[in-house]
Formats: sequence, structure tokens, C-alpha cells
Amino acid sequence: MSDPDKSTHGTGANGVNPDKDLNAQNLPGQRGDQGEVIGVRRGMFGANNGGDTSGYGGLVRTVRLPGATSRPYGGWFDEVADELEGALEEQGLVPENVIEKTVVDRGELTFHIEREYLPVVAKTLRDDPALRFELCTGVSAVHFPGDKGRELHAVYHLRSITHTRLIRLEVSAPDGDPHIPSVVSVYPTNDWHEREVYDFFGLIFDGHPALTRIMMPDDWQGFPQRKDYPLGGIPVEYKGAQIPAPDQRRSYS
Amino acid sequence: MGLEEKLPSGFLLSTVEQAAGWVRKSSVFPATFGLACCAIEMMTTGAGRYDLARFGMEVFRGSPRQADLMIVAGRVSQKMAPVLRQVYDQMPNPKWVISMGVCASTGGMFNNYAIVQGVDHIVPVDIYLPGCPPRPEMLMDAILKLHEKIQGSKLGVNAEEAAREAEEAALKALPTIELKGLLR
Amino acid sequence: MSTSSTSHATPRETTEGTVYTVTGGDWDEVVEAAAKTDDERIVVNMGPQHPSTHGVLRLILEIDGETVTEARCGIGYLHTGIEKNLEYRTWTQGTTFVTRMDYLTPFFNETAYCLAVEKLLGIQDDIPDRATIIRVLLMELNRLSSHLVCIATGGMELGATTIMIYGFRDRELVLDIYELITGLRMNHAFVRPGGLAQDLPPGAVDQVRAFVKKMRKNLTEYDKLATGNPVFKGRMQGIGYLDLAGCLATGATGPVLRSAGLPHDLRKSDPYCGYETYDFEVPTTDTCDAYGRFLLRLEEMRQSLRIVEQCLDRLEPGPVMVGDKKIAWPAQLALGPDGLGNSLDHIKKIMGTSMEALIHHFKLVTEGFRVPPGQAYVAVESPKGELGVHAVSDGGTRPYRVHFRDPSFTNLQAMAAMCEGGQVADVIVAVASIDPVMGGVDR
Repeated sequence: MSDPDKSTHGTGANGVNPDKDLNAQNLPGQRGDQGEVIGVRRGMFGANNGGDTSGYGGLVRTVRLPGATSRPYGGWFDEVADELEGALEEQGLVPENVIEKTVVDRGELTFHIEREYLPVVAKTLRDDPALRFELCTGVSAVHFPGDKGRELHAVYHLRSITHTRLIRLEVSAPDGDPHIPSVVSVYPTNDWHEREVYDFFGLIFDGHPALTRIMMPDDWQGFPQRKDYPLGGIPVEYKGAQIPAPDQRRSYS
Repeated sequence: MGLEEKLPSGFLLSTVEQAAGWVRKSSVFPATFGLACCAIEMMTTGAGRYDLARFGMEVFRGSPRQADLMIVAGRVSQKMAPVLRQVYDQMPNPKWVISMGVCASTGGMFNNYAIVQGVDHIVPVDIYLPGCPPRPEMLMDAILKLHEKIQGSKLGVNAEEAAREAEEAALKALPTIELKGLLR
Repeated sequence: MSTSSTSHATPRETTEGTVYTVTGGDWDEVVEAAAKTDDERIVVNMGPQHPSTHGVLRLILEIDGETVTEARCGIGYLHTGIEKNLEYRTWTQGTTFVTRMDYLTPFFNETAYCLAVEKLLGIQDDIPDRATIIRVLLMELNRLSSHLVCIATGGMELGATTIMIYGFRDRELVLDIYELITGLRMNHAFVRPGGLAQDLPPGAVDQVRAFVKKMRKNLTEYDKLATGNPVFKGRMQGIGYLDLAGCLATGATGPVLRSAGLPHDLRKSDPYCGYETYDFEVPTTDTCDAYGRFLLRLEEMRQSLRIVEQCLDRLEPGPVMVGDKKIAWPAQLALGPDGLGNSLDHIKKIMGTSMEALIHHFKLVTEGFRVPPGQAYVAVESPKGELGVHAVSDGGTRPYRVHFRDPSFTNLQAMAAMCEGGQVADVIVAVASIDPVMGGVDR
């Protein structure tokens, strides 16, 4: 469909361009204009060359992630944010420099951290008795090729067993300089997780004791889970027919 | 032993063939080559309810040198492929391969960078067993079909003859592009 | 051995020709020299194809005599690229992939994934109670089958084949229930975003009740067979030791963490699917060893049976899929003559009377539903520990990125800490007590 309101049919032809009408009530996907634009989608079926006969060729859709939230965050989120900022100040850091922004979305608290401060923040979160996030559930990465200058995002989820809380740290690095400090010295559990992210996304974790490939063979070329890496798939021969790889078939963008 | 391969064609050879086939099929030793989900079903087949021991197959060998059947049970990744080939090479002749499950047979639903699209890229396969994962009954059916194949296998000059016939048939066969069927 | 000969191999004439007998020769000196040095360090490569490594796990052990001085894991031999594959399929089709990650805990993978999708959609509160209760029921049955395989294969790796036969015997009983409910023994894809693929079939409740009764009886057999068995205890007690500090440092969760005495269980500390309303206990031990983990798993199975019974008591008739028709798919599955398919009534309706319903069905199946942009993290307590799903959407009909934080992967890192300094034979016990499933480790 033309717009993300998941209606069955018909609204695609009503002339509403979601790019221009972001605050329309019928667009639950767009959360105001304070979101963070990470890319623009054109068309519908992923067909970019040749004439589009589907009628959806002129479709333009902005991909907009939830943007920064301002206080109060609600619940224990404010408490955690206050404690973290206070603890950073005690160490002589300016919280505004360390924490790029704070996002509260779907009941989850996310701190976007400047990458050079990540180990300090992780150590603070682990050691401060009021924060005490003992368990790091590893790092996951997301590749946003459209998010210029911060294409690679590393996402850490920290769990506090003591306070039964869960927060998320997000760090970004550009494709041209894919370096993020390692937090293995703070959370040894991230050893394999960082290797995995390196293996799949090519993010280099500075200070990791042995950053080598973990899943793919050692001599593998490329970082397979980045968006610019094809899904792969070899031709399957069936009575002369060639089945293209799934990423070369028609898709809905 | 190799002696049976030197027998002249005729009554003696076909008798020996039958005896050898019967002996071979009655005590096939599978190598443990469990990879993924199918491996669990393979173990289930060996356990109490399905009881592969009824077919003289309960002894799964840890060492490939003592095994003559490799049941490739599960998806084969690019990283595992050389290991699989090495294990296959370590098995003594005669040896057979069952490709268990769609992932081993064709790559299955994982048409991607990580999975070998069919274990027949690496080793010759005797029986392809579909299913994701196949039920233990299906594995047993595949094993019984393999037993039939082993029983009927040729020796010596007969084996050469069979190989020659297969080669001729393959040469005469239409290329897949020229095959006409319901889908074309 | 001929000591007078200087040749490496002495020739000997036989009827078949000259036969050379290889003896020690001058290698004796090499062997003696090697024996004199203190450095008896040998690097043993165990796996990736080894009957005792619990799947395609490769262990690289540096051993000094019988003592393991260093242990490292090589993984990735089952890497399947499932996370990447998910990005090319709709959100609903995703369950088909995630169920094959840790193939011993399919319902946990599916439920965790679906909870994450539902959180992204913001429909957590709209999931029908019946669907949630059946999810809990299936998850707890799955905990049983997973622990049974752990105990069975763990026993087999110790050489105790009887335990394996017992474990698989009881697992078959659970699989029969799965087959009745979902139609499949493994890899079910039964839990879908918004609810379940279909309702319980007739007779399922009775069969589960009969199973609970039978399983209660069978569980005591493990106690009789193994718990007090001196050989079993001798192999397990004090082996695979990992204390609380080690668990927290390596991020170990699940039975490994609870065997160190910390009663951390997400079902209690961060409840999902209404676990806070169920009456069960989280067993712990403070032995920190493989034997403690074995006992924990037995006790967790008993607690799971309690939860299963409570689920059965709570089941009320009702829908099992969210009411929003924009998301609910499949909504109208029924058992047809050719297996599973859309119910004939539904087909009659969409083909015969409602063009809009047909279009809607077509679009929902081919295109899928859109999920608002954002990210969500949902964790469930799988039999192995914290199974976390980090799902990112960019507003499309397909996941932008889904990452599974698999407990097997994280827990396996503790292998080195458990094994170093111990005996070679104890490596097997330690790895078996972690219960890593390589499908989950490598994904």
C-alpha cells in the first residue's frame, strides 16, 4: 500500500503524499516530525529500472525512526537518567557531550552515546550502586546505509538484576571509520558478541583482545549481514528454470 | 578384501553379489554426522520408540573409519563443508550417503550466503530424504530403500558393466533445458 | 625391536617379496628426548564432528597429560544466516525461520520473536488471553522436552546410554502433544505475530492432562536412575565449576546462573505472557557444578508441569488471534483433507461474497502488514537462559533487522572458565551441563 496505515485498499489513490502530510491522523507509523530520517523509499515493488506499470512508481515514503524525547521520560527512566548524568558529572564529564540524545519509545529507554565515551558509560552503569546494570546481553548491530555519517549502529542491552530494569545503549559509527571502543574490559560477556558483530558488520571494536571472525570461515570476504551484501543464493536448476536469489525477486519496499 | 572384484562374470559372481549385498545391508554402520534439527530426529530414530536396532543400524560410529554410511542430517554451512568432505574421505569403501532433510538436499529454505545449496555439491548422495525435519519413519524408509540398493549393488565386471550402462544412459539423456514436462 | 640394526626399517625376505618392518629406529632418540623435556603440551582438536561435543562444536584443548591447560571454542559450523534471511521475508513468515534457530526450543524462539513484533506494533494488550495461555502451555512443555534432551544427550556423552533412552522416551510423549496441536514434531511456526496459527484441536487438553500425570511418574525414574547413582555423581559433582562472579562476568544465564545460587528467572523478574500470575518456584542450588545443574533441570521440569496444569485450568473458549484483521494472519486455518489450509467457510466467503475480503487476504498474504518504525527488545526465559530478540523495523512489511541474543551462544563462553585446570574427560561434562545447542549458538 502507498501509506503505512495498513488499510486494505483504496487509500493509495486518495492523493495523500505521506511525505507532505506527516501529521495526518491516519499515519500511525509516523510519529510527528521530530523523528529521525534515515532514508527514503521510492516505488513499491523494488523495481528501479524500466517503466513501472503498477502505478505505484511515484510513491515516496520517508523512513523515520523515533526521535529524541524530552523530559520527563516517565517511570524509573528519569531516575536512571538522573543517576547516570550525576555519576558522569562526578567523573568530570559533561553529560550533554556524552549522551547524544535519549529516546523513549515503546516503553524502552535508549541512550545514544558518543562512541568514545562508551566504556566510561558502561563502567558507570555497571558499578554505580543506584544503577547496577550487571548483565550485558551482548551487542547487536544495525546497518542504515541511508543514515549518512552514522551508518553502523551498535546496540547494547543492559539488564539490572538488582533493580529489574532494562536499558539500551546505542552507539553509531560511520561506514568510513567503523571503530567503536570495546566494552569487553567492563563486560567480558561481550567477547563473542563483539566478534560476531565484527564478523557480520565489519565494526571494529578497539581494545578487543582478539577480534577475529567467529561465525564465517576465517578467509571469508566481506561482511554478510550489511545491507549492501547480497543475500546470496545460487541458481537452482529445475527443468532449466533458474530461481533467482530471494533478494533479486520482486519485493515490497 | 578385493577378491570378490576379481571373479569372472557368471553364476559365481551373482551368487557372491547376493551374499555380499545381504551381508553389507544387514550391518550398515552409520557415522554420527548430526548437524542441526535433523540430527535430533536421527537420534530419536535410534532411541526407544523407533528403534533402529531392528535393522541392524543402532551402532552409530564416532569414527568415520568404522562407518560405511553417512547420514548428513541438517544444513551444511560453508564452514562445515570441508569438514564434511574430509569425514567422507576418511570412510572406507564401500560407502553410502543419505542426505537427510531439505537443507542437506537442496539448501531448503536457507537460500543464502551461509548454506551450501545441497550436499551433493560436495559428496555423492545415494538417497535424498525430504522433510523439515523428516519424521523418523521417513528416515527408516530411506534406510530401507538404501538397503535395497545395497542388496542390488554389483561387483567386479558386473559393476563395470553397470557403470558403463549408466554412463551411456547419461550421455543419451536430454539436457535439463530440453526436458518437457508439466511446467513447461 | 632390533637394537643392533642402525636402519629405520629392517628388511626381511618372504615369499611375497621383501618386507620392511618399521621399528623404533633412530626415532627412539627423538622420543626419549621428547620425554625428557617438561613440555608435554599437546594441542588437541576436538570436533567439529565429534559424538561428545553436543553438535558441531569444535573444542581446541591444550592439554598437559590429562589436564586441560587451555580450552577454546570454535563455532560457526552451523551458521545459517537466519538473521539475514529474515530481512527478506514478511514479519509473519519470520516465525518459520526463527523456529529453526535453537531447534530444541522452537516455541521460545517463536514466542520471543512474536512478542517483539507485537511490541513494535503496540498490540501487546490486544492479544487474546487464550492465545497467551496456550503460548505459556507450549513453552512449558517445550521446557520439558528441551531439558529432557539435555539430560539424555548429556548422559549419552558420559557413556550412560540408558539415560538417553529414557530421555528420548519421555520426549516422544511431548512431541506427540506438539504433533496433535501444531501438526509437526519440530519446527512448528505455530506462534504467529498477533496470536497463534490456530486453536487447540479437540482432545488436546485431555492428552496434556494425561501426559502431566504420566510425566510426574516418569520423572521419579530419573531420580532413581541418576540422582543417587555414585558413578553419575562421581562424574558430575564438582565438575564444570563456575561461581556467581564467573557467571555474571561471562553473562551466563539460565540453569548455569541459578546453579550458582542466584534465583534470576525472567519469568519472575521481568514477567511476560502473564507469568506473574502463575504459581511456581525458581529452584536454585549453590553447588555451581554440573550435578547441581542436572538437579535444577529436573526440578524445573516439575515446576513446568505445575504451570502446565495451571494453564489447562485457565483455558477459556475464545479467539486465539488478535482482532485486528489488518494483522491477523492466518486467521482462518482449519484442518482440510490435504493437511492444513484455510477453512472452507472462509474460502467460500472471500471467493464468493466479498471481493474486498479477497483483496485484503491477498495483500496480507503476499505483502504482509506494515510495522511502525522503531526497535524493541524482548527477552524470555528459555530453558537455556535469557533469549533476547532485538527487532528493528523501518516501517516496511519486512523486518529491517532481527538479532537473537541466544543463551547458548553466551553461555558457551563460560566453557573455558569451567574446563581449564580440569581433566579432559570433564570437558565433556562441563559442555553438556551448559547445554549449548549449536543451532542457537550459530543461528
